[in-house]
Amino acid sequence: MLEQIIRGKVFPFGKNIDTDQIYPGRFVELTDTADVARHAMEGADPEFARLFSHGDIIVAASNFGCGSSREHAAITLKSVGAGAVIADSFGRIFYRNAVNIGLPVLVCKGLRDRVNKGDIISVRMDTGRVLNAGGETLGLLEPVSDYLLNILRAGGIKPLLRKQLASEKFA
Amino acid sequence: MHALEKILAEKAGKSSVTTGEIVNCTVDKAGINDLYLQTVRSFYEINATRVALPERVIMFMDHYAPASTSIQADNQKQFREFCRKQHTGWLMDVNEGVCHQVMADKGLSLPGELVVITDSHTTTHGAFGAFGTGVGATDMATILATGKLWLRVPDIIRITVEGNLPKGVYAKDVVLHIIGSLGADYGVYMGIEFAGPVVEGFSISERMALCNMSTEMGAKTAYIQPDAVTLAFLEGHASSGYAIMTTDSDFKYAEELRFDVSELTPRLAVPSSVDTVAPLQEYLNRPVDQAYLGSCTGGRLEDLAVAASILKGRRIAPHTRFLVVPSSKKVLLDAANTGILQTLVEAGATFVTPSCAACLGTHQGLLAAGETCISATNRNFPGRMGSTEADIFLASPASVAAAALEGKIVDPRAYL
Repeated sequence: MLEQIIRGKVFPFGKNIDTDQIYPGRFVELTDTADVARHAMEGADPEFARLFSHGDIIVAASNFGCGSSREHAAITLKSVGAGAVIADSFGRIFYRNAVNIGLPVLVCKGLRDRVNKGDIISVRMDTGRVLNAGGETLGLLEPVSDYLLNILRAGGIKPLLRKQLASEKFA
Repeated sequence: MHALEKILAEKAGKSSVTTGEIVNCTVDKAGINDLYLQTVRSFYEINATRVALPERVIMFMDHYAPASTSIQADNQKQFREFCRKQHTGWLMDVNEGVCHQVMADKGLSLPGELVVITDSHTTTHGAFGAFGTGVGATDMATILATGKLWLRVPDIIRITVEGNLPKGVYAKDVVLHIIGSLGADYGVYMGIEFAGPVVEGFSISERMALCNMSTEMGAKTAYIQPDAVTLAFLEGHASSGYAIMTTDSDFKYAEELRFDVSELTPRLAVPSSVDTVAPLQEYLNRPVDQAYLGSCTGGRLEDLAVAASILKGRRIAPHTRFLVVPSSKKVLLDAANTGILQTLVEAGATFVTPSCAACLGTHQGLLAAGETCISATNRNFPGRMGSTEADIFLASPASVAAAALEGKIVDPRAYL
């Protein structure tokens, strides 16, 4: 489900964080989410999975998730409980994968330069504002299309497809 | 409309589409790779029971060919069972090769088709005038269950490559130069058309390398307008009929870029990003521990042939490994039948079975910390081919072979 207010601690990353850094290729054979969660961001920061808490927020510069199509990259961040991933832009397959599994991926240009590791930020989905702990606006989210918002609100595409396939069965 | 837009419109059953529109398209070829068992999981998680259009589904056992752990073997076992149960069109097992090359070899990649594979380098199929795009496991499960996928109609840019490409400089050098100039995020979400006299002069093999690497600019898809070269390749080769799309003369590109390559020299993508590109000459004499020739980018017959021409009657440098991974069974057979295989093996090459092998750092030729690899593949991200403390230089197949010969980075033009 998509929360109206996403609040958490910032884990900042740079630009072009590729899927090999988010989830190294040698672990792609793992399929259980608990196993996949253990290797989150291992290629960029081996300490990440240990330090990251449920609800924390990844803030990155441009092209986050570029590279491979591995859905593991989205699954691992969802499985460690990322409240949202916010970046200047995303690799397109990672972006689709994240939306499909209900991981909020949000574009807020320049936010990365305005936050530091450990800052507490709030993302207001109703106003599209990203706020610091003092309530000051750090940036504005780029609007998400209704099509994608519908998928995110449902918690991913699977519940929607379940509904669609069930209705086709009884049509 | 652009040819790419016409493909989407036809697959969505519409007379026209516009940039930014979300369309639901029927997929012509749906390819699954063996490292994404999540595809099958997602299929059952959405309570799907039957694959909607099984004759369009192609299963590729390429990334783990053959399995090197029992977990990989089990993933492949579950895929084989799924294919049997669902009567999917094709099962390309561990003896076939890398999905994109297998598609080309078997005439499955066709103009005007929508090709969706769970591999990011599906942009390769633009070399045949198809709309090729990569997706993740759950998107593929959606295609399996419904036969369709939603796609946003992308902005389309045209990159015209002109001038006279010098000898010893290849499509790989051209595309590295373009990526280095524009950046790894330049083409995110976009369709990229390659055009101009240099592209028209490229073989199918080089066109595939060009379209393949457009992913490294973030592109959603790539496109080269089919011409006499495409038709000659498809003649007697295409697995079925096809319809070539053409771009309307009044189509407005989101951006038009031109690159003159007359003065271009061999390029390298230096560690650790594909858009950090430099002239190879800036890294002359840098020792290499491993030279790697293979993958959907640089493992075709032409790539092996140029390596053989450099290494014929010679031996690779001591303490240097030269891994050669033909991108498909056909490439391997052709290399055997033309003497290329013998030349390379006698020169000291280590042959690996046609597959993705070490390109994605799972098996068969990984790098140790502190090692340097020069590679004809597509990514040099940290840890891509093993240790995060290994350095990967991306280069043309000729540059890779010349480096294998000397045990260090050298200008390949001196050996041609």
